[in-house]
Amino acid sequence: MKTILQSLRIYLILTLLTGILYPLAMTGVAQLLFPKQANGSRIVENGKLIGSDLLVQKFESPRYFWPRPSSADYATVPSGASNKGPTSADLKKSIDERRAKIGSAAPVDLLTASGSGLDPHISPEATRLQISRVAAARNLSVQQIAKIVDQAIEAPQLGFLGEPRVNVLKLNLALDQLR
Amino acid sequence: MNARDFGQLSLFIAGLLAVTPPLGRFMARVFAGERHFLSRILGPIERSIYKLSDVDPRHEMSWKAYAIAMLIFNIAGGAVLLAMELTQQWLPFNPQHLPNVPFALAFNTAISFMTNTNWQAYSGENTMSYFTQMAGLAVHNFVSAATGMAVAVALARGLVRKQASGIGNFWADLTRCTLYVLLPLSILITVLLAQQGVVQTFDSYPTATTLEGASQQIPLGPVASQIAIKQLGTNGGGFLGQNSAHPFENPTPLTNFIEMFVIFSLGSALVYMFGVMARDRRQGWAIWVAMFVLFLAGFATLWWAELQPNPALGLTTSSLEGKEVRFGQFNSALFATVTTDASCGAVNMMHDSLSPLGGLIPLTNMKLGEVIFGGVGAGFYGMLMYVLLTVFIAGLMVGRTPEYLGKKIEAREVTWAVIAVLAPAVVILCGSAFTMMYPAALKSLNNGGPHGLSEVVYAFASAAANNGSAFAGINANTDWYNYLLAINMFVGRFAIIVPVLAIAGSLAQKKTSPPSSGTFPTNGPVFTVLLISVVLIVGALTFFPVLSLGPVVEHFLMQAGRTF
Repeated sequence: MKTILQSLRIYLILTLLTGILYPLAMTGVAQLLFPKQANGSRIVENGKLIGSDLLVQKFESPRYFWPRPSSADYATVPSGASNKGPTSADLKKSIDERRAKIGSAAPVDLLTASGSGLDPHISPEATRLQISRVAAARNLSVQQIAKIVDQAIEAPQLGFLGEPRVNVLKLNLALDQLR
Repeated sequence: MNARDFGQLSLFIAGLLAVTPPLGRFMARVFAGERHFLSRILGPIERSIYKLSDVDPRHEMSWKAYAIAMLIFNIAGGAVLLAMELTQQWLPFNPQHLPNVPFALAFNTAISFMTNTNWQAYSGENTMSYFTQMAGLAVHNFVSAATGMAVAVALARGLVRKQASGIGNFWADLTRCTLYVLLPLSILITVLLAQQGVVQTFDSYPTATTLEGASQQIPLGPVASQIAIKQLGTNGGGFLGQNSAHPFENPTPLTNFIEMFVIFSLGSALVYMFGVMARDRRQGWAIWVAMFVLFLAGFATLWWAELQPNPALGLTTSSLEGKEVRFGQFNSALFATVTTDASCGAVNMMHDSLSPLGGLIPLTNMKLGEVIFGGVGAGFYGMLMYVLLTVFIAGLMVGRTPEYLGKKIEAREVTWAVIAVLAPAVVILCGSAFTMMYPAALKSLNNGGPHGLSEVVYAFASAAANNGSAFAGINANTDWYNYLLAINMFVGRFAIIVPVLAIAGSLAQKKTSPPSSGTFPTNGPVFTVLLISVVLIVGALTFFPVLSLGPVVEHFLMQAGRTF
């Protein structure tokens, strides 16, 4: 009986410490030091919320660069992945369909769905592949679009962490500002 | 391997080598109750915790008293968490007005977080309120990690003490671990993650209007503080459903590096701490090197497998299904290895979509008992069970009574060690076998052919090993899986901890005899090689049949271009 009381007491104290004070204090610190990041890296234009730097959006118009496929159709609450295995007939079918749509030169990141369902990035190759389509749809020259793409390529972090990549939403925003 | 991959791997290994000794020395001081640089700031809090909970930290507990305190504390905490989930709609911090969690799922989740597993049959963003996440789930992230480390320290005390009746005080170990080790490091990690873009707020989800005019809800929450302890305490339960693949939990390659690195840091430092306590650092290093070799071998295999093309899917390059572009093949493979070497279970890619031989590695890591640095505490005491088996086998080979650190290893200890090694294997194999014979349970599968078997076996291995990652296509939110996996998690946790404490109590009472010319040295390379062999042989003998029916068969069928 004594042990049960000790257990409950110490559990409640640790809950107060690690479950209430710790997250509240950390929220205070994060809101103070990094308000943009802590609130979801939001993009606001003319007072309207148009998305987050870190979450991709669905793009289907030929005027925009397309992101990676999302198995949950770019849903956010919750997002999802296919969880299809390496011998899945369903996955084979999806890959074949995507290849038919994008072309036989499509790099693997455009053929396969991401883990988060919200992958904000595509590879530089996947971006370059789409330049001519976007240029045609916008009546702009390939050179103009290629210039924006080059500026949008992010190098590996600190020079060696992760992969080179392009943030699709940021790139499309830059395109819209071209007009 | 290109220069960038080489740089990332080198930094990972060098960083691990750099933090292990200082962190191990620090933890040795913390658990001995000695003064250290945090005593002055946090000492008063420690003493008031003891006072408020009516605990005497100097009281030495027998192994039974220690085990009872540990069990009652965990069950009481699990009950509070269960009550919180069942009533969350009436509790504060619920801006999305999420309803109460259904009983079977709430029960499974309570056992899951109590046992440091963090198996999740739900997605956080539409199931758990902010209050349940932070005051329920995250608290268990702290205390289940502290429980594991307390048990590891108790075992180390049992090994190094001479003719002692006690193995320490559970309340003191729990409090010191939380206050001096887990909390300060979590604060540091939270700040780093938040700077890089992990969200930390109590706001409700705002709605954005996308460039193409659709509306997009943006999920939020006090994520960074929870992800810090989720990684550090090898818990692995994501705030958001897609875990560390989600850009709000793991936005950049740097956060990815930090998240991988802290999974290993405490498990590695605990092995060093053991060397400090044994007054022979080489005893610690001999075990550390065994773990390191198994880690590298697993990583090399998984990474190689992921770089191969997939003829069945018609891919001439390696697949990125379930992976994120910012991490690529290298960081996906390293994360998958690390998270299953340790009993973390956080994922930055969907393991269900790994190549067959790539998926074999996480399965094997979990089935070996996650002794490769392992869960905080659990990796150390799990590996020590293999150490006892190793000295026993070595003793049989040369015909001498086996000894470890000068203590005779006798029938009692070996019996307990065998129970601890075999209990998870029994529940994994039985749970998987029952499920394969129950047609209704097979409706939960997301893949056919041998991959379907792998999904089932992965679920039970993950539960029993207290990992919590999944071949996540399986729909585990059914009564069958919720209850059966809860049993697996409970057995996989406490059917190891209780034998470990019994061994600690038994060894603490023994005399030590000085080494003689016939003593088998346990601090050198011969011992390390023998230990690695025992781990692999025990694991292979137990699981080879089911692994060959799952991933191995699937590999050959993939090569032949078959799909299901």
